[in-house]
Amino acid sequence: MVLELDAKIPEGDLDTLWEKHKFDMKLVNPNNKRKFDIIVVGTGLAGASAAASLAELGYKVKAFTYHDSPRRAHSIAAQGGINAAKNYHGDGDSVFRLFYDTVKGGDYRSREENVYRLAEVSLNIIDQATAQGVPFAREYGGKLDNRSFGGAQVSRTFYARGQTGQQLLLGAYQSLARVVGLGQVEMHTRTEMLDVVVKDGRAVGIVTRNLITGEIESHSAHAVVLATGGYSNVYYLSTNAMACNATAIWRAHRRGAAFANPCYTQIHPTCIPSAEEFQSKLTLMSESLRNDGRIWVSKKAGDDRKANEIPESERDYYLERRYPAFGNLVPRDVASRNAEAMINEGKGVGPLKNGVYLDFADSIKRLGIDTIRERYGNLFEMYERITDENPYEVPMRIYPAPHYTMGGLWVDYHLMTNIPGLYAIGEANFSDHGANRLGASALMQGLADGYFVLPYTIGDYLAGMLGDPVVPTDDAAFTEVESEVTGRTNHWLSINGTRSADYFHRELGKIMIAHCGMSRNEAGLKQALIEIPALYEEFKKDVKVLGSAETFNQSLENVQRVDDYFQLAELMCLDALNREESCGGHYREESQTEDGEALRNDDDFAYVAAWEWTGDPGKAELTKEPLDFKNVKLSQRSYK
Amino acid sequence: MDLTLQVWRQAGPNAPGRLVDYPVKDISPDMSFLEMLDIVNEGLNAQGIEPIAFDHDCREGICGMCGLMINGLAHGPQLGTATCQLHMRKFKDGDTIVIEPWKAAGFPIVRDLAVDRSTFDRIIEAGGFITVPTGSASDANLTLVPKEVADWSMDAAACIGCGACVAACPNSAAQLFTAAKIAHLSLLPQGQPERWTRVEAMVDKMEEFFGSCTNHGECETACPKEISIDFIALMNKDYMKAKFKNRRLVSQTG
Repeated sequence: MVLELDAKIPEGDLDTLWEKHKFDMKLVNPNNKRKFDIIVVGTGLAGASAAASLAELGYKVKAFTYHDSPRRAHSIAAQGGINAAKNYHGDGDSVFRLFYDTVKGGDYRSREENVYRLAEVSLNIIDQATAQGVPFAREYGGKLDNRSFGGAQVSRTFYARGQTGQQLLLGAYQSLARVVGLGQVEMHTRTEMLDVVVKDGRAVGIVTRNLITGEIESHSAHAVVLATGGYSNVYYLSTNAMACNATAIWRAHRRGAAFANPCYTQIHPTCIPSAEEFQSKLTLMSESLRNDGRIWVSKKAGDDRKANEIPESERDYYLERRYPAFGNLVPRDVASRNAEAMINEGKGVGPLKNGVYLDFADSIKRLGIDTIRERYGNLFEMYERITDENPYEVPMRIYPAPHYTMGGLWVDYHLMTNIPGLYAIGEANFSDHGANRLGASALMQGLADGYFVLPYTIGDYLAGMLGDPVVPTDDAAFTEVESEVTGRTNHWLSINGTRSADYFHRELGKIMIAHCGMSRNEAGLKQALIEIPALYEEFKKDVKVLGSAETFNQSLENVQRVDDYFQLAELMCLDALNREESCGGHYREESQTEDGEALRNDDDFAYVAAWEWTGDPGKAELTKEPLDFKNVKLSQRSYK
Repeated sequence: MDLTLQVWRQAGPNAPGRLVDYPVKDISPDMSFLEMLDIVNEGLNAQGIEPIAFDHDCREGICGMCGLMINGLAHGPQLGTATCQLHMRKFKDGDTIVIEPWKAAGFPIVRDLAVDRSTFDRIIEAGGFITVPTGSASDANLTLVPKEVADWSMDAAACIGCGACVAACPNSAAQLFTAAKIAHLSLLPQGQPERWTRVEAMVDKMEEFFGSCTNHGECETACPKEISIDFIALMNKDYMKAKFKNRRLVSQTG
């Protein structure tokens, strides 16, 4: 069966499209909103902002998080900032420029209409967050301060020290807490969604596991919103938090939701290089460091001298050399691939030769140590705690690490998946970043979806259901899924193999980073498609999970997530194999320009790859949604 | 390094708990404390013993999920550092390390080292916000905030809600957590309309679950974000003032 994907993009001029569409959509009268139940899964930036906004409108909201509090979501770890086209600094920014930069940064693989809307509502986000009390950095006169970020030539990034994600999440969390306190949101903490329930083609609810008691429960609603984040943890080592997982979107995929562009993953250029096998995760150093830090390696391969022993003339500031216009501020994918190339040439630094230098000496000389401390103090401290090196004195060592996934559930202009009533927002969907996300745009998209897009579009769907009761949770649609979930959960405890789920996860990660990481080729991807199913078979036979299903059991939570990663990993490789071009974060070695830059193939691949579940992740079926560019001229990206 | 761990094991909220000894070998000083526990758990799993339950997530010191009493100190010996950012180089070969959960009536134990901190959410729900329904905000630059005020507010807003302040306090008081949120919002011009109702509601809610502050200052020392107890003084002053202000508000509205 070939999927029918209708992106429902309205007709009209880009700059009035969203405004006009808001008028054209159906509304739910304020008194009728309380007759609708909405489930929101995930309480990060997208989920918390959506749950709070929907409840303020009057809908009955049930929100779910596997954490002990909605404030823990990994949005909290975003450091650098949030983009908005405010043009507060009069440097030529505009909604169109932010739109243009985002489409270009995404290497022309996103929908123009979605991205334009994102750029438009970026203005409202800053207003909303400021009103909530987010303590953004200020100028001495009391106005908001901005800084610049990779992939842009204007200063449009708002920030709160190195904790912008934390402050924006707390703003959304506090708005959510307010409506929880008023009884407008029913909050379920330490509750993990394990499946979506679909009846007569519509999403009607979810099945969850209470992580403390182990109870499997059903929840019914008129619409289900997934705001469950990305899937970089498929690589095992990534900048994601330990519990970040793909289970919600993967289970939705298995129930019929198309998965779009799974191979678009972002490898972030500025992370602390890994140390040894015991490493459990990689730590990101904000990209904002590239504003004042200069990236370099020794000109000589295998140079064992310490950084300060290498004279200026023997250093290669390779980004400044190759990309004079953008220098150290090239987009993430370009910075990451160049770092990888330097290491492959044997110029890596540090004990394992797996990093490049990020040097602040010049900035400290120019701006003084106090200014640098004010801008990056907490990042420098974090770096020192982890590496035992003082970046005020010696250059930082950085290396790229899996960070963000541009792919996700396919959604239309309303952020609805191809299952009516099932929405995906924030990193969980695929919509706005194309093949590469620009820095400081994840916070923008999560909040745009949750505050300013979904609350409008969901009404258009619900308006047609006025008077329809929710499907009762004792309906066969629910009880069948409940027994499947219970069966799956108990199954893991009965295998009693010899190795932990972590062991298999780590091995899976090694395959993925080797063959589906920063650069990919046909032979490697085919190899991965043999190795992954083989390891998956071993996992299913040999994994060891102790304890019971009726208690707080972290191993049991983990094994189910790893199970889903195995299936998703196969789909990622399949998608990467299919896309025989390089674009953004997806770099196919077979498709490069003469000087090694990513080479797109717009004639054959200017489409969204939406995959449908067939029962075997290696045999998913592809549907193409063509991308039509009317306002931006497709060109080979150049940051030189 | 070789170490001996004494870890609090407790099967469930109402089960009895006890300290159990686990010898650990070949620990690298470059490991984080939680990576060391990961290794212990791998070993336990292989031996057929259920792994030690402990809360953790971002491992970057920002989510506030982790929190262990390490040798009686909340988040261990390194100042200004959450458990996940503590590295084994802070310990010596041959050390015995006692690992316990946060111990406070306001934080019931879920299992082993994991506790329930939802009482913190109750305090925020009582008033730790600025009421601004989505879409109702005016242009951000219409509200001027002096840089010093924004910086001071940010110092308070840096709280990660981990609960170390409560765990370190001999009275299990939550003053530092509550005061930090009150200061974050009440220092800003945007927070003024709800300033007096906020402080009263949050302090009253806090007192339902936690002990009283008697100025020990342990909270400030334990805080991984080094939040100052000056904020507690601010809170107390505002709370006192609110008792008069709010009474006047009541009389005005009849």
